[in-house]
Amino acid sequence: MRESQVKRTPSEPLLQRIVKILLDRREASLVILLAIMLVPIVARSPQFLSLDNINRILNDISILSIVAIGEFFVILSNGIDLTVGSIIAFSGMASGMLNEAYPNVPVVLILLLGIGIGAAMGSLNGLLVAYGKIPPIITTLGTMSIYRGMTFVLSKGTWVTAHEMTTTFIGFPRRTFLGISALIWMAVIVIALTYYFSRHTRPGREIYAIGGNATAAKFVGVNEKRTRFMVFVISGTLFGFAGSLWTARYASAVNEMATGFEMQAVAACVLGGVNFAGGAGAIPGVVLGALFLGVLNNALPVVYLSTFYQTLVQGMVVLLALIINTVVDQRKTRKLLAQRRAR
Amino acid sequence: MAEQRDLVAKTRLIEERGWRHSLTELFTKWEVLLGIIFVLMVVFFSNLSPYFLDYFNLMNATFQFSEKAIMALPMIYIIMCGDIDISIASIIALSAYAIGTASAAGVGTVGLFAIGLAVGTAAGLINGLLITGFNMPAIAVTLATQSIYRGIAQAALEERAMTSYPKGFGFFGQDFIGQTVIPFELVLYLVLAIVMGFILHKSAYGRRLYAIGSAPEAARFSGIKVKQVRIINYTLMGLFSGLAGILLTSRILSARSNIATSWDLEVITLVVLGGVSINGGKGTMYGVVIASFLVGYLKFGMGLLKLSGTIMTIVIGTLLIIAVLLPRLLDTYKNNRKLRRQQAEAALQATKA
Amino acid sequence: MAETLLTIRDLTKFFPGIKALDNVHLTVRAGEVHALIGENGAGKSTLVKILTGVYFPTGGTITMEGRELAFKNALDAQHAGIVAIHQEASMFLELSVTENIFMGHHLRHPKTKRLDWKGMRERTRELLDQLELPIDGDTLVKNLSVAQRHMVEIAKALSLHAKIVIMDEPTSALTTREVEDLYRIVRQLRAEGRAIIFISHKFEEIFQICDYFTVLRDGQYIGEGFIKDTTTDRIIRMMIGRNIDHMFPKKDPKIGEEILTVENLSQLGAFQDVSFSLHKGEILGFFGLVGAGRSEVMRTIFGIDRRSGGTVRIDGKPFVPKGPHEAMAKGIGFVPEDRQRQGVILSMSIGNNITIVQLDSLCKMGITNAKRELEVTRTYGEKMEIKAAGWHVDADTLSGGNQQKVVLAKWIGTNPRILILDEPTKGIDVATKAAVHEFVSEMASQGIAVMLVSSELPEILGMSDRVVVMHEGDVTAIFEREELQEEAIMRAALGETKEARRA
Repeated sequence: MRESQVKRTPSEPLLQRIVKILLDRREASLVILLAIMLVPIVARSPQFLSLDNINRILNDISILSIVAIGEFFVILSNGIDLTVGSIIAFSGMASGMLNEAYPNVPVVLILLLGIGIGAAMGSLNGLLVAYGKIPPIITTLGTMSIYRGMTFVLSKGTWVTAHEMTTTFIGFPRRTFLGISALIWMAVIVIALTYYFSRHTRPGREIYAIGGNATAAKFVGVNEKRTRFMVFVISGTLFGFAGSLWTARYASAVNEMATGFEMQAVAACVLGGVNFAGGAGAIPGVVLGALFLGVLNNALPVVYLSTFYQTLVQGMVVLLALIINTVVDQRKTRKLLAQRRAR
Repeated sequence: MAEQRDLVAKTRLIEERGWRHSLTELFTKWEVLLGIIFVLMVVFFSNLSPYFLDYFNLMNATFQFSEKAIMALPMIYIIMCGDIDISIASIIALSAYAIGTASAAGVGTVGLFAIGLAVGTAAGLINGLLITGFNMPAIAVTLATQSIYRGIAQAALEERAMTSYPKGFGFFGQDFIGQTVIPFELVLYLVLAIVMGFILHKSAYGRRLYAIGSAPEAARFSGIKVKQVRIINYTLMGLFSGLAGILLTSRILSARSNIATSWDLEVITLVVLGGVSINGGKGTMYGVVIASFLVGYLKFGMGLLKLSGTIMTIVIGTLLIIAVLLPRLLDTYKNNRKLRRQQAEAALQATKA
Repeated sequence: MAETLLTIRDLTKFFPGIKALDNVHLTVRAGEVHALIGENGAGKSTLVKILTGVYFPTGGTITMEGRELAFKNALDAQHAGIVAIHQEASMFLELSVTENIFMGHHLRHPKTKRLDWKGMRERTRELLDQLELPIDGDTLVKNLSVAQRHMVEIAKALSLHAKIVIMDEPTSALTTREVEDLYRIVRQLRAEGRAIIFISHKFEEIFQICDYFTVLRDGQYIGEGFIKDTTTDRIIRMMIGRNIDHMFPKKDPKIGEEILTVENLSQLGAFQDVSFSLHKGEILGFFGLVGAGRSEVMRTIFGIDRRSGGTVRIDGKPFVPKGPHEAMAKGIGFVPEDRQRQGVILSMSIGNNITIVQLDSLCKMGITNAKRELEVTRTYGEKMEIKAAGWHVDADTLSGGNQQKVVLAKWIGTNPRILILDEPTKGIDVATKAAVHEFVSEMASQGIAVMLVSSELPEILGMSDRVVVMHEGDVTAIFEREELQEEAIMRAALGETKEARRA
């Protein structure tokens, strides 16, 4: 309450401002953490930062970034979407089967099919959450089973293997443009579009409003139902798109594909400082979160840990990030309180 | 004055309701609806397959769902308090790994049982301490520990399976009670359900669970040790997951790191299908027990009809959504009707005046 | 006066079981500050919600500048020029001041539809300058004080070109200085020809800032008039429908030995160096403006919040509670301020609400005993004269007054030695209010030590044996009963006297 008497300080010293920005922006602290983590890794294996390896890491996290961004919008609206793996599986399976049955269909159409399937499945989620008023966790718990089951029905339990698909389709993620693979380009496009959407459009900002304070959002005329619906359409669309890419990249479509991938997506969001209570977080953080996971996975062999350690290490990092975020937040609140009393 | 008016109106309302109203009330109760669905299912399957209503088959089928049903019991407490735990399948993997390793080192049946319980309990306690100690969202914390617990099993077991167990160890998950065809697992489940149900509905602890789920702050202002209750819930959840780990290992006599994958979601499904509100404060033991048998026998019946497991997944997913959607629609319908009646009444009064 | 801006005729609103508004009239003219007066539950908030497009009226007309209006949603109301500054600042804490001002009507480049952040920042700067507010538009709202948040909401109303600004208890959480700031802005808005609908319970404030008033009671229109032509008494009579001769049932106190001693109790950011003592059979009043730190002191004594320093002694022994259960073990009962969230458990029956605090003693080996619970419920429920269809009825079906009686019944059931009452009569009807006062006196006469936190001066004056006055976290004065004097107490609450007098 005393703050009303505190005048704006027009010119803080530069260093102080930088420190303040670092403390305010979770993205910044993540970059620092990433840099700190890289030091011992690079010391042990200078190859880690070679162009080749960086390229490999980026290829690895492309699909994860796309999916994590989808999840981000849902968490931002104070929800959760567990259908990540199921939608990827259905769309991936459909893409593989389409390619197998009609080898002449161009890749673009296959991708559009994946996007369409994702959008449709996301719409159902959105309908149930926004208009059926079922909590997101329950809705997506149910539809994740349904969509996974539908994948089996679609495939009749069979797989689509590499030699049943065309080389154009499974080769396209590796085709390069300006020295960068198509897969990375796809991720970059998605990141750019969603960043623009979340930062520079009204519907994008309205997701922040709904997640931050749904009642207040309604007061300023934000259409809550439409926004919640839209959020799930976005996430579904991105998952569907990721499904097509997944099949092409890994050159196979199996019924169990991407099982449990929702956890990776959520983990990237948590690492990126996205608040589970909704209303706070940003695309750059999410992408950094995904990058963090990618570097981690890629670095395991460097520190002589088998890939079987991947889950364990990821879990510990996510837990650590959670604890740090919480402690920093609590300390900030306390500092604010102390300031209030300072006379 | 206003209150007296209220009181009069309320008493009149109750009188007016009469038997017809109480009947609608009964049939809109979720447990009753579930029971009806269960009976319909039994009729349906017994008409389509002669093997469904076979005593031995019905008993034998419970092997397939007893462990999940057991885990649903403490999950009721957790969800009742507005919490969630998605690390339970990983706790099974961890305890199965611990049991397998201990067994390979020559530990006997009783020792294995104790180890399984201890590992589960410890894992649950850690969840509870992390969530309440740092005041972090339960879903985020158990998401992380989900990876950690299974990650430990994965790092240690890699692709291997632990398959050597002492002779008597198979009893818990495979045997029957005495000379009957009643599985030990089923009896254990029913006993635990009665105990946990008694605690939920007839004890101070149970009352506190409802209080915390309905109004966490009011519960705290009433002297309830909310943190302590939540920690106990998570520890119980760990204990029961450890138990399920023992039963599962004993039943399949093998422990891999990918054991029980996605069981957490199946268990949560049982609880929510049983009518426990995901926001806490509402639900009964009866509902969850019926839901457990309903889902279990649904799977069994569909198996008899040679329907693939995938159709089952779809059916159960759909059931879950309907389970939450239906009461909401009914509520809206009831409210609308009430509103219309009130408006009509008000209009009538207005014309009279 | 200037031309009529808004006319409401025969406005009616039904809710299930309740007639919230019944043929209400309201006329608001441009350039006036219009006080909307009524007790809690009189229909003010329903009226505001209809005006802001949150509720749809069941009947009646709203005419603004000659056009009849029917709002489909909150946005319609804003477009029409009606904006509410909400009682509980309903803001987006994680977003910047600029965005809070523009949420719902972000500026966009006309062609590309891209958000015009630069334009919004500039406009924010202008608005904040216009209101002479030293706030940076890029600050996140979560880093602002309550008062600053109010001001941001007002800036937002300006950005919407609001013709009518509704302020619902805008000063309840502000310090004196901040209130002055708010008045300045209200006068500025009036001078610009806007109308302000001002909802307040503080008469001092109404007479200082308002020009005209309309009184509602039980959802009905009672009357209107110019503030300068009326008196507090006349308005109060309209509000409650009779002369106020509310007698406080104060009994002659039999004050016993000291039971609670508080010395230099502090909590970072809330209060500091609070010292007082409490005796058996005494009613110790705590007066101050909202935000003075009284509730926080009580919460700390009861073990809800942690202290950052100081000592509390009960019967001379140091007491550092780990939680409310330890305070309860010492015989402390606590009737909290936020009845709906902290007091009653709405989805539980009256009986379960009453027995929740003494489950341990009612249970054998942790097992509940329905018969004994019913006995206890009946004993204390009847003592408090709770009116309900039965003890099994859920608390959410009760009126606010009866809910408060449930909370009181719950605590007397524990036989407390110390009873803390935090705004026990807030938002309840006159009849229950009297019953609560009666009850408090009764408790004290039985030797229970009572701490009564209240923002209503008459209640404090009428009930207390001694009064502790707080201002911004400090105890500014402690008055004996014979020294109780309205003006002196108010001055201390406003922080205008600093010398603390100890008893």
